[in-house]
Amino acid sequence: MFDFLDRYDLLAAFWTTVQLTVLSAVGSLIWGTVLAAMRVGPVPVMRGFGTAYVNIVRNIPLTVIILFSSLGLSQTLGINLGATDFQVINFRLAVLALIAYTSAFVCEALRAGINTVPVGQAEAARALGLGFTQVLTLVVLPQAFRSVVGPLTNVLIALTKNTTVAAAIGVAEAALLMKQMIENEAQLLLISAVIAFGFVCLTLPTGLILGWVGKKVAVKR
Amino acid sequence: MSSVLYDAQGPRAKRRNVLYSVLFVVLAAAVLWWVITGLNDKDQLAWDKWKPFLAGTEAWSTYLLPGLWKTLEAAALSMLIALPLGAVLGIARLSEHAWIRVPVTVVVEFFRAIPVLVLMIFGLALFSGYTNVNSDDSPLYAVVTGLVLYNASVLAEIVRAGILALPKGQSEAALAIGLRKNQAMRFILLPQAVTTMLPAIVSQLVVIVKDTALGGAVLTFPELLAAVSPMASYYGANTIASFTIVALIFIAINFSLTTFASWLEKRLRRGKKSTGAVLPPASVAGSESTGATL
Repeated sequence: MFDFLDRYDLLAAFWTTVQLTVLSAVGSLIWGTVLAAMRVGPVPVMRGFGTAYVNIVRNIPLTVIILFSSLGLSQTLGINLGATDFQVINFRLAVLALIAYTSAFVCEALRAGINTVPVGQAEAARALGLGFTQVLTLVVLPQAFRSVVGPLTNVLIALTKNTTVAAAIGVAEAALLMKQMIENEAQLLLISAVIAFGFVCLTLPTGLILGWVGKKVAVKR
Repeated sequence: MSSVLYDAQGPRAKRRNVLYSVLFVVLAAAVLWWVITGLNDKDQLAWDKWKPFLAGTEAWSTYLLPGLWKTLEAAALSMLIALPLGAVLGIARLSEHAWIRVPVTVVVEFFRAIPVLVLMIFGLALFSGYTNVNSDDSPLYAVVTGLVLYNASVLAEIVRAGILALPKGQSEAALAIGLRKNQAMRFILLPQAVTTMLPAIVSQLVVIVKDTALGGAVLTFPELLAAVSPMASYYGANTIASFTIVALIFIAINFSLTTFASWLEKRLRRGKKSTGAVLPPASVAGSESTGATL
């Protein structure tokens, strides 16, 4: 019943999915934090840039961004991110596109977290004579990060599922393998069940574990 | 103005801000210049690459508008089917009978854990291989199926959260005047929850519109995004211009939906007739705020 699976490398496909997820998660956490800092900072120009970035990127489908990275950046403009192999180029472009897209949501989650920190905390910090950077890094962000574990978990789960869009530019991950298997084998339900099970294995524990962590570290007010 | 992060600014801080602004603008200008020269080197800014969209109706009537129509059709169909389904699932999740609540919870959680694309690929294989749906229509069916399964589950969560967000006194009062549980749900809780949930439901439309683009990229569904490659080949490799126009159309649709949702939320918060309970657009995992979508 499951013997057709021997002809396909399921684990490699899901390993690609995991790699896409982890790399994009790290990248979007960094860029999203920078964006959030811009959006809550005192400099109007940066605030405007952050707001514009989030509103533009959030309203474009990820599929458009990923296809653009392949057809637009790579094939039209010749930006290949230092790779020559087709698979590697598209993998890197997919990570780039996922970072660009997910950062907007990370930024919004962080901003909501910053807004949950009572103004008194920051006023007390400023009364001690801490500057903007110190207030941000020592007082506000640690508290904000603790209250955004929940929203960030949702972003991470969404990102895990969004990696499937990389199939649109031929990155060999789980959804592309599913498509190939369905074309070659007459086992629609079995194949779908196996792939679905794989994603449930990736997203469900993430949600449960991080949900528990979020409850544990949340600042009780 | 003083916020959680910084105090009202004095003269030194203002000077420093001006400095930061200047530095940032210089940096942004440098990046912009780099992008524009890059585009220019590849001849992507030439007028004849952009002309079909800006001066002439052919590109619009042949490629863009039919694609946009398909996008909106799929989105509208998905929303119309997913909404009642989501309402039923959401109410079932609040049921007091475990034999209803548990299986429905499992189903909802399952479909929220699976990527929409996987559901769509499954749908396409199902419709083209195991039903007698005409092969021209099966991509549309597949896209709508995937979107309905996923979004009904998300909407179920929104409905549940909407009903739970109502003040407890509402259901207590309903039961106190002798209404049965299903009457309380039908006459008291649901009507109020509908207004509560409106902003979140409008936001979910953004998710649905964005997800239709998947059908164009992977399932040969002829929607707006799928119009890019025929346009780019017909108008002489204007890939950048085509993508820009398509992205702008998506931004226009979704930005107006988002704006409408936040306007609704503000209005409902102020409303005299409601309980004042509002579900913000970004309250449920899998909704717009988390980008659980494409």
